[in-house]
Amino acid sequence: MSGYQIKKMRLSQLKVGSKGIVKEFTDLEMSIKLMEMGCLPGEEVKVERIAPMGDPIAINVAGYQLSLRMREASTIILL
Amino acid sequence: MKADIRVALVGNPNTGKSTLFNALTGLNQKIGNFPGVTVDKKTGYCSLPDGRQAEIVDLPGTYSLYPKSRDESIVFSVLADRKSTHTPDLVVVILDASNLKRNLLLYTQVADLKIPVIVALNMMDLAKSGGITIDIDIFAKKLGVQVVPIAARKLEGIDKLKEAISYSSKLALQESSIDVSTIAPQLIAQIGEEMQIENPYFALQLAHQHEHLTFLSAPESDRIEELELKHSFHSQKAQATETIARYNYINDLLYDTVHKAESADSETLSNRIDKVLTHKVFGFIIFFGILMFMFQAIFAWSAYPMSLIEDLFVWVEGLVHSYLPAGPLTNLLSDGVLAGLSGVMVFIPQIAILFAFISILEDTGYMARVTFMMDKLMRKVGLNGKSVVPLIGGFACAVPSIMSTRTIENWKDRMITIMVTPLVTCSARLPIYTLMIALVVPNKNVWWIFNWQGLALTAMYVLSLVSAVIVAFVMKLILKGRERGYFIMELPVYRMPRWNNVLLTMYDRSKAFVVQAGKVIIAVSVILWVLASYGPGNRFEKIDQKFSKPEYTKTVPAADLKRIVASAKLESSYAGVLGHAMEPAIRPLGFDWKIGIALITSFAAREVFVGTMATIYSVDGDADKIESVEQKMAGAKNPDTGKPVFTIAVAFSLMMFYAFAMQCASTVAVVYRETKDWRWPAAQFAYMTVLAYVISLITYQLLK
Repeated sequence: MSGYQIKKMRLSQLKVGSKGIVKEFTDLEMSIKLMEMGCLPGEEVKVERIAPMGDPIAINVAGYQLSLRMREASTIILL
Repeated sequence: MKADIRVALVGNPNTGKSTLFNALTGLNQKIGNFPGVTVDKKTGYCSLPDGRQAEIVDLPGTYSLYPKSRDESIVFSVLADRKSTHTPDLVVVILDASNLKRNLLLYTQVADLKIPVIVALNMMDLAKSGGITIDIDIFAKKLGVQVVPIAARKLEGIDKLKEAISYSSKLALQESSIDVSTIAPQLIAQIGEEMQIENPYFALQLAHQHEHLTFLSAPESDRIEELELKHSFHSQKAQATETIARYNYINDLLYDTVHKAESADSETLSNRIDKVLTHKVFGFIIFFGILMFMFQAIFAWSAYPMSLIEDLFVWVEGLVHSYLPAGPLTNLLSDGVLAGLSGVMVFIPQIAILFAFISILEDTGYMARVTFMMDKLMRKVGLNGKSVVPLIGGFACAVPSIMSTRTIENWKDRMITIMVTPLVTCSARLPIYTLMIALVVPNKNVWWIFNWQGLALTAMYVLSLVSAVIVAFVMKLILKGRERGYFIMELPVYRMPRWNNVLLTMYDRSKAFVVQAGKVIIAVSVILWVLASYGPGNRFEKIDQKFSKPEYTKTVPAADLKRIVASAKLESSYAGVLGHAMEPAIRPLGFDWKIGIALITSFAAREVFVGTMATIYSVDGDADKIESVEQKMAGAKNPDTGKPVFTIAVAFSLMMFYAFAMQCASTVAVVYRETKDWRWPAAQFAYMTVLAYVISLITYQLLK
């Protein structure tokens, strides 16, 4: 489990530089958009940086950088 | 031009689709609109190796056929409408080789529609340097289509792609990706049966998207809705199921065709740049530095070409007057049409420069970072990270700024940005402010380098930003959003700008402005010219008779007499009559009928105000004599009371009026062009005029 978060948590709770694996989504509409952009269950995500005012965040997923608001990140449950 | 084959370009955003489009078509392209919507339709022509002509249509970039914005909703409409003249014979799907998995989702959707398709595999160079190897032969065999590796920026593989287009089959030979019919078996079967649709995926897409497809009739759409209820079809759940199934297929597909070298988590160049550009402190300093530079450049670099354009029109007007017989037609041509035209053309340098910057900032990927940094701040007032650039551009001119709001995908955020951008102090307000401030604000030092006049001007600039923010906040509460606000956005890797793309953008935007806004501005200018040059009855003749008497021609120098006549005529013209008529309405703001005339003539463009004041107070309208306009205006006395007309109260009331009133035909025209609905510019004009009236009224009554 090296590097991965052991506790079940949401993407919005991850610290900069840490990784997780997408388990499921809590918002159906948001999940469609996220999955279309390659962020789907089983994918590894890494928080790259947080915007200067604390929101949005930038994550690395499926080999590219994706930015999303904290509210949107909180709909992603990690393994 | 007649085309032998129609080709649509489809792909994710940031995959080099526009670059490929430019490479295929060169300068042989035009921007139009898709019928019924505001979405830009870029089409161009390209000669194929076999001598045939291909028409290339650049469709908006999208991650999926399920649209998340109005731009994206075009993609499926164009591909699916089989009766229209826009239906492509062939689709070229452009895939980013360095991010194949995500890009393939859209490909599988398009392929399943069973339209003939070719894959252009772009950014092979980037994939190679990222340690990705792709077995193109196996890949093409598995998909059942031609796969052409290209590097669009380096113009590599373009000829191969043209060959592939000319050898393309008229039949869709690609392999199906997933078994679509399992998603909603009965519904797909029944839609297919009733509407004679063989392709199951096409039937499924109709079920999802029937509400906004213009090629479906209302009964057809209602029938689909009925069938959905009957089979309890849940659109979002079906989309989720479909997307997961597609990724399963893609994972299988990529398993033995794409190999990625296991690389350690080494820091990429893009990441290192981001650490600086989105830094808490440096990020903002760099951003404001770039904005200052842009703002400065729009002012400074455009000054010379702008005066060149003005001089050119003065020269042409002179030619018109010296070579055409004097008369109303000649005057209409020179003072109405040419003056209006010069009012349009003079904006070209500012538009071109603003769009050069915007296109560089977007091309490099920096714009996405600005949005990322500013989003939280802007969201609080109902705007969006992407609203920053139009608002700042508004300091130069609202016209190009409103055109630049196209980068904002969210409909509500874009409309609010369009509605508030004209409040920002544009360069056309500057001459009015400087004149008024010079009249009533003492040129005295307050502290260090600050004097009262400078502070008053700064206050006007600050006020404009504050009012834009307040109005945006109010609109956020009023406007109903049609789409849910997303901020799920790709941050593309940093790249060098494509200079020919920058040039093309400058050219496209300037041309679109001249052609579309130009018509309205010229019409308004001609109407205003008529109002100011003609009067009811024989008033003008009486003025001519009066001033041709010897007591005037002998005693008054000819140049002065000409100005006195012009001023007398303006007072008797329809504009003058209107000025008198509206005096009761503007009296509470402290304005007399003379200012009323200036309000009317400057209706099309604020900067006309100073020129009109100059004519009314019988002074030459040219810019280096502003001193004398100022002196005359300072000396103007109210005939009833004998007190000066331009008191502090009147001057500030007037400044407030121009700060809030729309008074710009170009902006009205461009808002119409961008929204394609007269209600938006009408609402904007109404709210700004009401705001202007009320704030002027309060200002005058408080300071009186």
